[in-house]
Amino acid sequence: MQVLIPSPLHSYTGGRSQVEAAGHTLAEVLAHLDARYPGIRFRVIDEQDRIRPHIKFFVGGELAPAIARPIRKGEEVQIICALSGG
Amino acid sequence: MVGTRKGAFFYSSDATRRKWKVDGPHSLGQIVHHLVLDPRDGRTLLMAARTGHLGPTVFRSTNWGKSWQEAKQPPAFKKAPEGQTGRAVDHVFWLTPGHPSQPGVWYAGTSPQGLFRSEDGGVTWNGVAGFNEHPMLPKWSGGPGDGTPDGPKLHSILVDPRDPAHMYLGMSSGGVFETLDACASWRPLNKGLVADFLPEKDAEYGHDPHCMALHPLRPDRLYQENHCGVYRLDRPGEVWQRIGLNLPKKIGDIGFPIVLHPRDPDTVWVFPMDGTTVWPRTSPGGRPAVYCSRDAGKTWKRQDQGLPREHAWFTVKRQAFAADDGDPAGLYFGATSGEIWMSDNEGRSWRFIASHLPHIYSVVTARTTSCKS
Repeated sequence: MQVLIPSPLHSYTGGRSQVEAAGHTLAEVLAHLDARYPGIRFRVIDEQDRIRPHIKFFVGGELAPAIARPIRKGEEVQIICALSGG
Repeated sequence: MVGTRKGAFFYSSDATRRKWKVDGPHSLGQIVHHLVLDPRDGRTLLMAARTGHLGPTVFRSTNWGKSWQEAKQPPAFKKAPEGQTGRAVDHVFWLTPGHPSQPGVWYAGTSPQGLFRSEDGGVTWNGVAGFNEHPMLPKWSGGPGDGTPDGPKLHSILVDPRDPAHMYLGMSSGGVFETLDACASWRPLNKGLVADFLPEKDAEYGHDPHCMALHPLRPDRLYQENHCGVYRLDRPGEVWQRIGLNLPKKIGDIGFPIVLHPRDPDTVWVFPMDGTTVWPRTSPGGRPAVYCSRDAGKTWKRQDQGLPREHAWFTVKRQAFAADDGDPAGLYFGATSGEIWMSDNEGRSWRFIASHLPHIYSVVTARTTSCKS
């Protein structure tokens, strides 16, 4: 599937704003991403597996409440950096 | 080495300390709480960073910032058992190189309060179980609201130069704690400290040390700038003495940083701020000044020559005031308003060497022959 990467994470993806990843849940996609781009997961998911406060994940256009969110065939994952102050 | 809310900067000079060259910004946009050089190898730099969006991490450089590598395993608490709410590191706040006999060992303090250790120069970090899992830690540190507005912090990690197993640390809130057995066990060390925000008069813990320092040439001497005054403790004594009461009453003894002379354990500097009424935490009266004691806190002298005479309302954060090892010692502080001020004569006069920087969190000095500039 396609994963859309926001600019604060481009240092991990070599500048790419769109990468390929695989998985049946958001957690599996993040594990796949972290294997390819080490360190990227911890910047967006904390050590208790919670999505960090200023990060949002959209799966198939819907806001994912947690990384357990299943991913169906054809759904796109988008990582959004929400507003975080000045 | 300057850590700011928007990145890191290096300022370098020759031994005269007259002309300064700037190199930076490094990691523009990262919130850099601390940037520290390993004095044991003179080349490993660690930077505690996060951004507004992204979680906390530690970056490492061995070439003065030409390139940075992120820690493979940044400081992180243990995953909580299913059904329990576990803690998560919000930001890495403090970095301390370990004992000279333990090359590669570093300690990190975090918000919320956690102690972490690396044994490979900052590449991988693990929680210090004797502290992070201490059954009293929730009581010592209080709740999430018992800290500074941007989160409670663990800071001032001090290693006894005579014994790597002997350490101190400070928690805001929590107080001062000591270990004698290489972090296996800890005990509060807060007798004599005032905590006017607690109902208990002589509370064993719950205090708010802002910054603590140990003199390397007299490691039994500790100084502390606290939410409730300036203190000194000479071990094996157990009771802190409030030396800040000797500061002028109209100035008070509230501040964030405390700085020691590199060779004289009796000489100490503070940067008082306004801790009255609603706690503006600015220079008292808008007239910033450093205060210096040459007799371990018995008497204090105002040092403000060269600093703004009025209408200057900045604050100096706890990691943002430092001394070098020159003779006379140089002093440097970074203001929340983005200026770096320095004195090459132990505080008798000041000049600024940088302005228009972002909000400054830390200023750390190092003597080196290899700094890129």
